Formats: sequence, C-alpha cells, structure tokens
Amino acid sequence: MKNLLTIKDLRVYYYLREGTVRAVDGVNFFMKRGETVGLVGESGSGKSTLGLSILKLVASPGKIVSGKILFNGNDITGWNEKKMRLIRGSRISMVFQDPMTSLNPLMRIEEHLVETIRTHQKISKAEAKKKASLLLNEVGIPPERSGDYPHQFSGGMRQRIGIALAIALNPDLLIADEFTSSLDVIVQFQILSLMKKLKASHRMGLIFISHDISLVSEIADRIALMYAGQIVEFAPADVFFSEHLHPYSEGLLNSVPNIELSDQKLSYIPGMPPDLVHPPEGCRFYPRCPYGEDICKRKEPPLVQIEKEYMVKCFRYDGKKSRT
Amino acid sequence: MKKSIWLSVSGMMERKVELKVVNLKKYFPVQKSFLERLLSGKIEYVQAVNRISFEVRKGEVFGLVGESGCGKTTTGRLITRLIEPTEGKIFFKGEDVTFIQGERLREFRKYVQIIFQNPYASLNPRMRIGEATGHPLEIHGIATGEKKKKMVLEMLEKVGLEPAKKFYDLYPFELSGGQRQRVAIARAMILNPELVVADEPISMIDVSLRAKILELMLMLKEERNLTYVFITHDLAVAKYISDWIAIMYLGEIVEIGRKEQIFSTPYHPYTKALLSAIPVPDPKREKKDIKLKGEVPSSINPPSGCRFHTRCNFTKDKCQNLKPSLKMVDKDHYVACHLY
Amino acid sequence: MSEKVEVKYSISRFIVSKIKNIFPQKGTEYFALVGFILILLIILMAIFAPFIAPYNPIKKVGDILQEPSSKFLLGTDGLGRDVLSRIIFGARTAILVTLLAVSISLSFGVLLGLLSGYTGGKFDTVFSLVMDAVYSFPGLILAIVLAAMLGPGILNTAVAIAVIYTPTYFRMVRGLVLSLKESLFVEAARAIGANDRTIVFKYIFPNVISSIPIVLSLNAADAVLTLAALSFLGLGLPAPTPDWGFDLRAGHAYLASKIWWPSTFPGLMIVILTLGFSLLGEGLNEILNPELRR
Repeated sequence: MKNLLTIKDLRVYYYLREGTVRAVDGVNFFMKRGETVGLVGESGSGKSTLGLSILKLVASPGKIVSGKILFNGNDITGWNEKKMRLIRGSRISMVFQDPMTSLNPLMRIEEHLVETIRTHQKISKAEAKKKASLLLNEVGIPPERSGDYPHQFSGGMRQRIGIALAIALNPDLLIADEFTSSLDVIVQFQILSLMKKLKASHRMGLIFISHDISLVSEIADRIALMYAGQIVEFAPADVFFSEHLHPYSEGLLNSVPNIELSDQKLSYIPGMPPDLVHPPEGCRFYPRCPYGEDICKRKEPPLVQIEKEYMVKCFRYDGKKSRT
Repeated sequence: MKKSIWLSVSGMMERKVELKVVNLKKYFPVQKSFLERLLSGKIEYVQAVNRISFEVRKGEVFGLVGESGCGKTTTGRLITRLIEPTEGKIFFKGEDVTFIQGERLREFRKYVQIIFQNPYASLNPRMRIGEATGHPLEIHGIATGEKKKKMVLEMLEKVGLEPAKKFYDLYPFELSGGQRQRVAIARAMILNPELVVADEPISMIDVSLRAKILELMLMLKEERNLTYVFITHDLAVAKYISDWIAIMYLGEIVEIGRKEQIFSTPYHPYTKALLSAIPVPDPKREKKDIKLKGEVPSSINPPSGCRFHTRCNFTKDKCQNLKPSLKMVDKDHYVACHLY
Repeated sequence: MSEKVEVKYSISRFIVSKIKNIFPQKGTEYFALVGFILILLIILMAIFAPFIAPYNPIKKVGDILQEPSSKFLLGTDGLGRDVLSRIIFGARTAILVTLLAVSISLSFGVLLGLLSGYTGGKFDTVFSLVMDAVYSFPGLILAIVLAAMLGPGILNTAVAIAVIYTPTYFRMVRGLVLSLKESLFVEAARAIGANDRTIVFKYIFPNVISSIPIVLSLNAADAVLTLAALSFLGLGLPAPTPDWGFDLRAGHAYLASKIWWPSTFPGLMIVILTLGFSLLGEGLNEILNPELRR
C-alpha cells in the first residue's frame, strides 16, 4: 500500500541574525492512509516546524533546505505557492492551538464554511450551505448558532468550527498543531473524541502534534518522538509505551505524572536541550543521557530499524534486529 | 440559609491551622463602555469566588484544583492579599488579615509569598537576577550591601543556579524558563516565608524539567517546614504533590478532602468527570467516559442553586433551587452535592 | 598605486570593517551612525566656535554682500558680517535651544506621564485632558503664540518650544505605564512588599526609558525646524545673535538679485542638523527594534 505521506531526510533551517537555527535536521517519516501519528516533542524539538513544512507554511526566515516530501506519491517538495494552494485545505488541512488563527472574526461561521467550500468546489451557494450545516452538525455545533460570529463562541466550540473548516473538503490528511493545548481537560477530552470519530468517518490521516505524551496516547496509532530537530523514536503506540527504547523516551515517560499510579516516583531529565544553532556533533541527547558512551559523543547515531515499523535513533540498538 | 463555616475537629487536633478562609467572596464589576452603562443601568459582576471556606494546616501542601475560570487563581491572589475580598474573612495564624493595610500588610508579606505561573513575565526584564532576588531584603530593611549579596548568593545556590556569582549579574532574558522560575522561587523564599502560594508554577515549564522544580519546592518545604497552597488545573500533578485537595467549579468548592480520599472515592459528579477526562500515558487502558453535557457557564450569570446542575447527569429539582453546602461524607472528605 | 594611497586605502578598509563589526547589517542602521556623526560635528562646531570661526560674527568685517572668496569663504551678509563665522556661531544657538527645549519637555513629559499613568483617577483624567488639548493644537502656531507672549531670549524660546513637545512624551510614557502597571512583574513587586514609589522608579521607569531615545531624536529634529521657523518670523532670539533661522530670513530678501549665499548656507545648516537627528532616530529605531531579516 502506497504511503499517504513520506518525508525523506528533511532539513528546515531558520536564518536568523544570531545564527542559523537548525529546527528540523534530518527527519525521516512516513504514514499510511487513515493512520494517526502522534508527533511529540518539547519546546524546540522542531515538531511545529515539521508540521508547517508539510504544507509549506514555514515563514521566512525559515526555509526548507533539503530533503523530500511525498504526498500520495507526488513529490511536493518543489511545488510553488500556486500549486500548494490547490492542496491546502482540500487535500491537506491544518488546525492550530489558537482557533482565531483560522476563523475570520468578521464572518459568520456558516458564511465562512460556505466560502471555503466554494473556493475549491464549483457548486451552488445553496448546496454549499447544505454541506455547511451538515458539517456543523457533525462537529457538534447546534444549527441555531450557524449565524453567529466566532467571538460569540467558547474556546472549545471555536476549535470545533476550526475542525469543520478543515474537513469541509474531505482532505486526506489533517495536521493538528497543539490543537487542544489551550482547552480545559474536559473540553479537551470532548474534542479528542470528536476527532477520533471524524477521522474514522472521513478516513483521514491525522498528524497530532503535541508536547503532552499522555494526551497523544489517547489518540495515536503510532508515536514519533522528536528531540532537537530529529525523530529519535518512531513506533506503534502501545509498543512505544511499553518499550520506550530511546533514553529520551524513557526519561520523558518517567517525568510525566500518571494519575493512575499511587506512589509514583517522578523524575526529570537533567540538563537542557542543545543549542540548535550549534548542535553537538554526535548524538544530540548525549549530554543528558544516562547511557551515553564515547561513540555517542563523536558520531551521529543511525536510525536503526528494530522491526518493520519500529525505528530508534540510538547506538544502543545498532546491530540489533529485535527488541531485546 | 445555613452558614457554611467548615471546621475539621479531627484535623485541628493533629496540626495547627496556618491559614483559614471563611465565606470568601470576590466579585469583579464588569467593565462596560459608557453607552452600555447608559443603556442597561445595572452593574454586572464576574462572580469569581463565591463564598468558599477551607483550612490549611502547617506543613501541608493544599492543592487547589479546577479548570480555567473556577476562581482558583483569584483565591490565590486573595490569600496573598494582592487583592481585597468583596466579603468574607482570611485568617493567618489566627490573626484576621482580611483588610490589613500599610505596615501590617508589609509585615504580612514576610510570612506569605507567591510564585507565579509565567516565569517569562514575573521578573522585571531590567533587573539583574541578583538585584531582583535581593530586592525583598532591601524593601524590608533586612539586609543591604555585602550582607545582602551574601544572602542572595546563598539562595541562588540553594535553588540550583550555580555558579551563583555568574547568575547574579545576568538579566532574565539570558535565562531559560526553568531557570527563571527558580529565580522566582528564590525571590519568594529569601524572606523565609511560612506560607507560599504557588500558582501553576510548572505549567509553563517543559515536561521533562517539571519534576526538577517540584523537587526543589518539596526540598524547601522539608527544610523550612513550609506550607504550600498549590494551584493547578492538572489533577495528576495535584495528586503527586498535595496532601489535601479542594476541587473548585465556577467559584465554589465542590469537593475537598485528603488526597487519597479524593482519588480513591470521588463523590462529586464533577470530580468524577474530571478524573475520567484526564489522559493517561497508557494506550491499552480501558477508558470510562463520563459524557458531560455542554461547557462551563459564564461566571457573570452563573446557574442558580448548585452551579453544576446544568451539566450534571444526576440533577434533581432540588439542585436548581438550593445550593448544597459542604457535608462530611467520609473521614477527611467533604462534598457539596444534594446526592449525599 | 602610490604608497600613500595604499596606506589610505587599507586604513579606510580597516575603519569600515570595524564599523561593520558594530553594525553588521547593511541598511537603515547605518543611518544612526551617519546621523550621529552629523550631530557630533555640529556640536563640536558649537563648542569650539571661537577657535574655528575666522571672524567675529556680530561685527562688520568687510563690504556687504561680498561673494564667497578666499577671504570670506562663504561671503558676507547684508551687514558685512562673515557668513561662515555666523553659521559656526549659529550652531551654538541651534544646539543650545534645541537641547534645552527637548530636555525640558522630556523631563516634564516623562515625569508627568509616569505619575499620571500610575496614579490614575481624577489626577490622570485632568492631566490627560490638558495634554491632549495642547497636543491637538497645531504645534507651530502654539509656539509662535508662546514665543510672542514670552518675548525673546534663549530660555524663553526654549520654553515655548518645550511646551508643544511635552505632550508627546507624556502620551507615550503614560501609554507604556498603563500597560506595564498590569504586568505580572509589577504584581510580583507588590507581592514582595514594594511600595508605589519603588514600583514606579525601579520597575516601571526602567522599562520605559528604552523607548525614549528614538522619540527624543525625532523630536529634536522637529525642534530644530520649529526654532528656525520662530527665528524666521522674528520671534525667539534677539538680533544680533547669530541664528540660522534669523539669517535665513535676513538673506531671503536678496535672493531675487541672485545673491544666494547669505540665505543658502544657514538654510543648509538647518537641513543638515535636522537630517542628523532624523537619521539618528530612524537608525536607533532599526537597531533597537530590528525587523527579521528577509
């Protein structure tokens, strides 16, 4: 089965006055239709930049320096703005943490949906309106509120409208960047359930970007953990949580409070993330790694394929073809 | 209407009550434009905190938990007297500090301090770390010059900012978020307070570094026999660090008790919903989904009676008309709900 | 290339590389340097006027309206005074009045802005109204009225000009104070027990001053022109004080007869000084509030 999205050795750098920030520095990634990948990382990991670069939304002074992005088999790496606009919103959609990024404050939400639909599809206004009300119903917005303006809705409802806009044209892939981070825990749960439902009914692929590993575990089929611009572990979700092979994965999971455990011993990872302008030569996690060895300091670790769909970027597993 | 002053006899026997809050209320008038005021006439209020009462004993970590808009941050501001209550009383070590001013208020600040949520905004960008940390000493006339510098360097080392001499001269923008938060902690601790309100102290810190801050806070607590009021929206963190927990909803306390009690046997429907919604890093776990209707209503026009009744799956007629008061349901466990 | 030229070339390259170290980015930032140099030159001109000027600026030293020559580099004016010496000494009044005016308006504007913004209430309402009223008045007209009322003299002129610029500083500082008042670090200052005075001067003021230099420079540019306008109209400084605006007016009458030098050179100096302050202001803005590199 052809992959929905394949990313090969992608590098995205920001050219700032202080230096060149290597935000995404050699990322290999793939996902299939209908899959949900949880892209997890802390601040500075590059996860948002990765999400934006798929849609070529990386703002200057950022730039895609090298690598390939293949969507549905097409190499979209070199596509210009004009071509990207054809797929943005219609084949690949993106939703963000701040709902007001996507919502026009001066447009009634139904209007906005209708416009979005008619920009990409040649159908009548009446038909588009019908589609719009179906969408609003799907995301849980009561029909009597379709004539309201964004500011009249709560945060959770605005995110629902954002989803409606994003899936209006039945895209193959939806990218959600810290989509629920500004929401309270109960609303977050509701939105997550909604996304799961819609993902299935629309048969969409979903890249769920978040710093919250617990949250991601609720929705992801596979987890891609990023650190300092690189993916360090890429595994099916249940395997990730039970194995967590990369030392960073282990450290991260040990620092997350688990409400189901009593007497949990919470720990932290000593040190700080590296400077992305001058990243270290070898493994970027080496300075904070409890298992680091000399080779880790000198050379960049390879992306080891443990199993068909399980990859770890670590010398500890180099040469090993199983999980022992 | 019953007065809901809440006393815990058994609790008071064990440890001294450090902080007591009685029927605390804070209503903020809604800002309206001239025209709006002209047209509507009446003044509306954001009922941020609506008659809450609780006690915090010396040496304990009191977790104040709730979603945004529940009034927990306002409560924190009230306890530290950064704002004045609309009604109610605040007692610190038995003394009524509700409306103290001037010198008395300044004295009070030596005992009760606060750590804020946002380490990027709580430090004066134009003040060097050493100066900022030592400023409380200067203000209260405790130390100046060399003596002050020595105390500051000691404190910076204590919070893990080493070498202290280096950090002394830096500006906040040269520090990471986690480091800045440690400066904020140093600044709060340098006066040797007895009660510290921590308002979401780790929510803006990277996940892998949060436990470091918590560890620091717990270490300081042990060393100095501190009492914390720990405000957070994250129940998992509250579970980790608190001894007692109060769950707030729309300005009121709906459930309060010893941590173990709250998590093993939650009573209030809101608490149960909250617990079921919290993500757990375990994809294999069976999830019990409590479908809660709607969203948090506005605190300007809150629901009558029990404020939670509009979303509750077990609501009865009584709930709409009569506000439930906190009742004891177990040892060290109180709930405000008509179900019990 | 001869050795001398080689040496000059390498020296200038060295200087340019040093400048490039301070201002690595091409473009608007260089304005600040250029502006600063211009202003510096004029200030030096003012300070060392008695040593640089070839003649006494207020005495008749030659025939009237002589063309620029080796004896009188920029010619003589309608009263036989050396134009060059007059513009050199003119720098004194220009710099003195401008800086005095700007200092007065800055001191009052910033202080009142701080107090008014922080105190709020009726005090703030009253002061804001007053400042808004002054601000909305066409500046030059107000300056003319005040200068006429106060009469001639360096201090009086400076005050007249200062009044019209005080609201600029007031409004800017007050706006900043209003937003800073609500910031978290001010609340934190309150939490550690700081009183109002400490908060205003140690927490709020230091975060306000960074915005001042830019406004100051652009303000000074404007003040130079206002002063020139006042002098042009005969208000401000008494004759025979060397003053560019005054000389511009005096020389203006002879332009029809193609006698250009008594008015052109004072006019040029006004332009240069104004330009200097403007460039400094724009350049500072670029340095302190840089835009992302494209």
